[in-house]
Amino acid sequence: MNLFRSEEHIGRWLGSRDPGVTISITKLSQLAHAWWGTRIAADWRPRTREQNQAILNGLGLTDAFWNLSATDPEP
Amino acid sequence: MDNDDVALRNVTYRQFVELGHAPTVDDIAAATGATPDDVWSGWQRLHDDHALVLQSHTRELRMANPFSAVPTAYRVLADGRWWYANCAWDALGVCAALHVDGRIEASCADCGEPLTVHVQDERPDDESLLFHCVVPAVRWWDDIVFT
Repeated sequence: MNLFRSEEHIGRWLGSRDPGVTISITKLSQLAHAWWGTRIAADWRPRTREQNQAILNGLGLTDAFWNLSATDPEP
Repeated sequence: MDNDDVALRNVTYRQFVELGHAPTVDDIAAATGATPDDVWSGWQRLHDDHALVLQSHTRELRMANPFSAVPTAYRVLADGRWWYANCAWDALGVCAALHVDGRIEASCADCGEPLTVHVQDERPDDESLLFHCVVPAVRWWDDIVFT
């Protein structure tokens, strides 16, 4: 889960490895604020997998890469 | 995760933020009145529930996501302190969790060029940067340190 200057840098870093997904840092910030915004709330409770998936889907991260099925909640 | 473990988890996070670094078992024992062994047992259950991450060979925290208990390549200046984050996502997450603006110091994973990102009102100032994740969501917890 790294930052890169450009697509060219990602391609060079990957080499022969299979790529994952690339999103803009702007989208990442939206995701981070949706995901971590309640992390230190005094009334924090663990989210369900469905709630986490809804955060991803709500940001348009809907392809198979972002499918949390079979994972535990609250990564 | 039962209510007692949720409470332990929340005290652990609160102490992390108040101290500015990862609390120890003894810190949490002192804060809660529990014994160190009880805190450790609770942390192990929280680790198993993926609510925090423990070191492999010591009775210490490794991650209280988005915060890292160990130095990493992602440093964040937020709320008047420097924090370590576990990855790029978590670096932005530190600002999100603290509900503050911040400055992220990292580097391009390819070329190593330093990258400074100011986050203001939840927006990064350099919108040209890209985030790449190689591990699909379904496998994030197979090896969370690698992820």
